[in-house]
Amino acid sequence: MFDAARPRRDDDQPLLVADGLSKSFGRLQACRDVSFSLYPGEVLAIVGESGSGKSTLLQLLSAQMAPNAGSVSYRMRDGVLRDLAALGEAERRFLFRTDWGFVHQDAAMGLRMGVSAGANVGERLMAVGHNHYGKIRQTAASWLERVEISVDRIDDAPKTYSGGMRQRLQIARNLVTEPRLVFMDEPTGGLDVSVQARLLDMMRTLVSELGLAAIVVTHDLAVARLLSHRVMVMQGGRVIETGLTDQVLDDPHQPYTQLLVSSILPA
Amino acid sequence: MNAPTYNFAYLDEQTKRMIRRAILKAIAIPGYQVPFASREMPMPYGWGTGGVQVTAAILGPDDRLKVIDQGSDDTTNAISIRKFFEKTAGVATTTSTNDATVIQTRHRIPEAPLHGGQVLVYQVPIPEPLRFLEPRETETRRMHALEEYGLMHVKLYEDIARFGHIATAYAYPVKVNARYVMDPSPTPKFDNPKMDNSPALQLFGAGREKRIYAIPPYTSVVSLDFEDHPFTRYKNDACCALCGAGDSYLDEIVTDDKGGRMFVCSDTDFCETRQAQGHRGSENAGLPAEASHV
Amino acid sequence: MIPMIDIRNAEKTFVMHLQDGIRLPVVRGVSFHVSAGECVVLSGPSGAGKSSILKMVFGNYRCDGGVIGVQHQGASIDIATAEPRQILGVRRHTIGYVSQFLRAVPRVAAIDVVAEPLLANGVERSEAQAKAGALLRRLNIPERLWKLPPSTFSGGEQQRVNIARGFISDLPILLLDEPTASLDAANRAVVVELVDEKKRAGVAMVAIVHDDDVRQLIADRLVDVTSFAAA
Repeated sequence: MFDAARPRRDDDQPLLVADGLSKSFGRLQACRDVSFSLYPGEVLAIVGESGSGKSTLLQLLSAQMAPNAGSVSYRMRDGVLRDLAALGEAERRFLFRTDWGFVHQDAAMGLRMGVSAGANVGERLMAVGHNHYGKIRQTAASWLERVEISVDRIDDAPKTYSGGMRQRLQIARNLVTEPRLVFMDEPTGGLDVSVQARLLDMMRTLVSELGLAAIVVTHDLAVARLLSHRVMVMQGGRVIETGLTDQVLDDPHQPYTQLLVSSILPA
Repeated sequence: MNAPTYNFAYLDEQTKRMIRRAILKAIAIPGYQVPFASREMPMPYGWGTGGVQVTAAILGPDDRLKVIDQGSDDTTNAISIRKFFEKTAGVATTTSTNDATVIQTRHRIPEAPLHGGQVLVYQVPIPEPLRFLEPRETETRRMHALEEYGLMHVKLYEDIARFGHIATAYAYPVKVNARYVMDPSPTPKFDNPKMDNSPALQLFGAGREKRIYAIPPYTSVVSLDFEDHPFTRYKNDACCALCGAGDSYLDEIVTDDKGGRMFVCSDTDFCETRQAQGHRGSENAGLPAEASHV
Repeated sequence: MIPMIDIRNAEKTFVMHLQDGIRLPVVRGVSFHVSAGECVVLSGPSGAGKSSILKMVFGNYRCDGGVIGVQHQGASIDIATAEPRQILGVRRHTIGYVSQFLRAVPRVAAIDVVAEPLLANGVERSEAQAKAGALLRRLNIPERLWKLPPSTFSGGEQQRVNIARGFISDLPILLLDEPTASLDAANRAVVVELVDEKKRAGVAMVAIVHDDDVRQLIADRLVDVTSFAAA
């Protein structure tokens, strides 16, 4: 199903480069001087509490908001690193629909609620010119299986789905075009704990099977530990600590990080 | 007596100029919806004000105007609009498709093939083909500008998933000049192929929504479909009961309360012309031409 | 022969900001080396910093000074100053870590937990699972348990799954933190066998073992961690 010739995870070229990203809303500095590089197949978690600036950062990284300073560059499929601000709107929207995915916290924002699951998953394919109903439906069905949604629900609208199912459908909808980078905004927020566990496990498997790079914004350190290789801790718009996930969570250096880690209730 | 006098075809010359500019833009970009400053007309929205404004802007004293409503020259609306132009423009009117120079139509394309030099003016209620899928005007404009038409196929996909076939029977979306997706107005999909590569100029006016669009002569118009569910024309599987035509779009007429019905050509001019030529259907087989009007 | 691990003057201090910034020095002046095919056992009392040293080699704990040299893909790399990305690469290709506690994802079957390091390196699923099964069998985990998530297993069983996962791939360096802690005599013997096999394959190992018998059987050298005490 997916291209076996995908770049291996040891790829030496960064996929996404953020350089000095800053964003203010009036006097409020939501994001200050954020820089990092993300490599193919890497999952980066951005953790912080409400108001830390992590959601704003995600918007900046996914080119949905323009920064006040700094830049975000993405390596296109042809290998060229391009500044996202220099892309035309058509290019950016195309990127958003094909090479990128965006999983919203509220699945209803990332789905067409009134249209069948099959159409939801098939839409991106139809948008890039796939024109064979039977094949589109088959692709949609196989993706539903992969995200553990029963295939006989393919013609039901997500209005009729539970929260966990909607989230899994949203993931399928994003992955059908085999994106190389997926942005996730609190992907397990609001879901029951058992549902979260299942979703996280599924996401872990998919990310590793497909060699996806991902940026996951979360306030839940358990999600970070489970899904990510690296983590950035944000406070007050700044990145106060960054490193491998197990490094930051097992050996936190900054006071705020130590506070976050010590606040996790034991299972 | 102080009888009101109208400017030729009711609209003032400045308004006609504005509408003609919009029409020129529309012709330059086939299928693209051009906004225009729709005027208040002496009929309410939903009664053909867009079509009337387009017709008024292009009519000249030597034109011959035909007006049809669902294919018929003699419904109330067709007659009203025809009389409106008779009164305000004094132009000759006709029921013959072949003889007309301007044909204003509501929801049908005449059966008789059009020829070069003719203009077909469509009355359009909702010009935006994506409207029912994407209610935001800002978003649909972007989609047209960036040629993002995946959503249109979503609608067709849904139909097939739900009904086994594309269930859109009228206002079937088309791709014009391989660029813009367009709503052909609520004409039955049976009529879609007539728009393709037509020698006539096709103009579309939506008064309430304030849009004009156009298909210049000899422009490609392709109905959207899937490779494995190709576009099909649909018509009732019957012949006209009056003229016997087997290839025209038929209206179904209920004749009694016991389930009796008959199928008759929707295009009255087409039907009458055939009857005048001696064709007969099952209802009036054997009757002479004069007695066949229903 | 270049040692696989060469630590020189490594040190670590915890700063507990939540407790008014108390500084807890852990170790200082840590220096030792490990060659291919040998097993160095860190000895010393509880709390002396043995686990911390292992974690520093793995890159789990950050190092405040000194050099932690590791031979990675033919070149020498300093874990103490390496980029996070490089450490990920080292963990994939060079250093394996068998921790004291199994941290498993709730739903994953034991056999998949064990097979994961191979899958991550592109091995065919069926082959990876076959190897995983073989190891589990050696460690006396019955086949009927393979499809179950290890969170339901006993402490000893979890430890054995952990060991299987650590030993399954062909990494040239292995770090073992109390590998026999919860095991009975029979399984301790299996672990000693596995360590021997790795030694013969040229793997460099650093281990923490409290059990005197096991220590005698696997240790080629002892390094007394109390000499690195930072207090």
